[in-house]
Amino acid sequence: MPIQSEDVMNIAHLARLGIEDERVAAYASDLSNIMSLVEQMNEVDTSGIEPMAHPLDQSQRLRADEVSESDQRELLQSNAPDVKDGLFLVPRVID
Amino acid sequence: MYNKSLKQLSDSLQKKEISSVELSDYFLQRIKRFDADLNSVITLDEEGALLAAQRADKAIQLGAAGALTGIPLLHKDIFCTQGLRTSCGSKMLDNFIAPYTATSVSQLEQAGAVMLGKTNMDEFAMGSSNETSFYGGVKNPWDLKMVAGGSSGGSAAAVAARLAPLASGTDTGGSIRQPAAFCGITGIKPTYGRVSRYGMIAFASSLDQAGAMAKSAEDAAIMLQAMSGFDEKDSTSVDKPVDDLLLHLGDSIKGLTVGLPKEFFTDDLDADIREKIEQAVDTIKSAGATIKEISLPNINLSVPAYYVVAPAECSANLSRFDGVRFGHRCESPKDLEDLYKRSRGEGFGDEVKRRIMIGAYVLSAGYYDAYYKKAQQVRRLIQQDFTNAFKEVDIIASATAPSVAFAAGEKKDDPVSMYLSDIFTIGVNLAGLPGMSVPCGFVDKKPVGLQLIGNYFEEARLLNVAHQYQQLTDWHLAVPAGFEQE
Repeated sequence: MPIQSEDVMNIAHLARLGIEDERVAAYASDLSNIMSLVEQMNEVDTSGIEPMAHPLDQSQRLRADEVSESDQRELLQSNAPDVKDGLFLVPRVID
Repeated sequence: MYNKSLKQLSDSLQKKEISSVELSDYFLQRIKRFDADLNSVITLDEEGALLAAQRADKAIQLGAAGALTGIPLLHKDIFCTQGLRTSCGSKMLDNFIAPYTATSVSQLEQAGAVMLGKTNMDEFAMGSSNETSFYGGVKNPWDLKMVAGGSSGGSAAAVAARLAPLASGTDTGGSIRQPAAFCGITGIKPTYGRVSRYGMIAFASSLDQAGAMAKSAEDAAIMLQAMSGFDEKDSTSVDKPVDDLLLHLGDSIKGLTVGLPKEFFTDDLDADIREKIEQAVDTIKSAGATIKEISLPNINLSVPAYYVVAPAECSANLSRFDGVRFGHRCESPKDLEDLYKRSRGEGFGDEVKRRIMIGAYVLSAGYYDAYYKKAQQVRRLIQQDFTNAFKEVDIIASATAPSVAFAAGEKKDDPVSMYLSDIFTIGVNLAGLPGMSVPCGFVDKKPVGLQLIGNYFEEARLLNVAHQYQQLTDWHLAVPAGFEQE
């Protein structure tokens, strides 16, 4: 199924991905080509096949509910673009 | 000096013929001299290297040295290294100083290895030519007009040009094996879960696996040994003892059965490459192995299934790059949505954007079953094909890539043709099996790689076969012209 320019704009919005207007058509064409490659999967009947999410079919390992990390707020926030009083700053969300 | 094996280098260090400080400086000087042509290194860490080399020299003085003590190496810039920029080849992380170190990097550090710097890579490991890097493509040392392969192209080119004896890589769909093949070095991707993913920036979490890139199977074995093992910080790490990867390197391969999947020897494979692979298989046969044709009936669906699973996981993993906590932030955002969209739009390159969009699309409401569930079912079929094959054979052999290194720019604007350069490697990741690439000759003066695939956790057997092959051949010792001066 070919992907149209409107689809690209919709997907980009869902992914919160800014893309330039003049690139939309090129993305639509690239994504359509990729999806036709993907659709080759339909050649094979997979009814009744258990989907495989993990190569070793492991289940999620749990750990004891104990404190294992120390407070490293300053270090971890040192890469943040905008921080004040230990908080990450973003544009105002609620007026 | 540059072509010495790890054992020889380690021996020189232990005998104090050379110090680790001198050896590290020797390779740092090589990087400075040659890397302007290659672009294989993003960040050099001379200061850190000197300190680590001094520590190694002290350990050697105290007689507390192991096989890697004092040995210089490079890490792919996907591994977090505390206090040092970790860019993942992206503008998004151009300013990111990792606050902690990846487990596999720590393990190598504890083994005494000396990190010289971080290697170039496709942006977020998405690419097969290294051309998606924010820092520019890596040139192939065998022919500077050709790509080095990807995504671990910087690591492959650096080892091929002998800028470091070892380099780490990661492999989600062939990203260790394909550049290893293109650059004429030895690279191994172990079983999924064998090396910790903690601190390795995630692309597709159910496929990503770190591994070793080196001149020879023996050197790769020494490096992989140090990187492997259970890590409670990685929830998919496997709690299983690590085999001794060196113990069986010297074993005879008499009686071994090697499977050749007929689906990997079709017209997709360049005829000249096929000839080199057949010669390599003959060499393995001459060492006492039995050769058997096998079939992997669903393997032709591995690229289609991969381009659902990998983008889906990538779109989820890369949602963390939001311009809030770390990474690139756009100038003067007018609201939160503008902040997200512009930061991500400016921070990510084209290929990353394509994959995020494919991932968001296949996971979006109404499409999940048709794409994601279907791909996971195909993935199961591919795994079953391998499981059936390993009932008949001990290892599987094929070409690593359908062609030798292609020209820079040739596939850059055609994603599908780029994706198809990984047709022989991707199935291994979907199944989670160990695989490696070993140099097996040249076509048009460009290296050809022999891919060897093993059953789960049979890294030792893979390395044994590769090492025995390298005892009978010397392709792995070839050094590209222009990089031969000491």
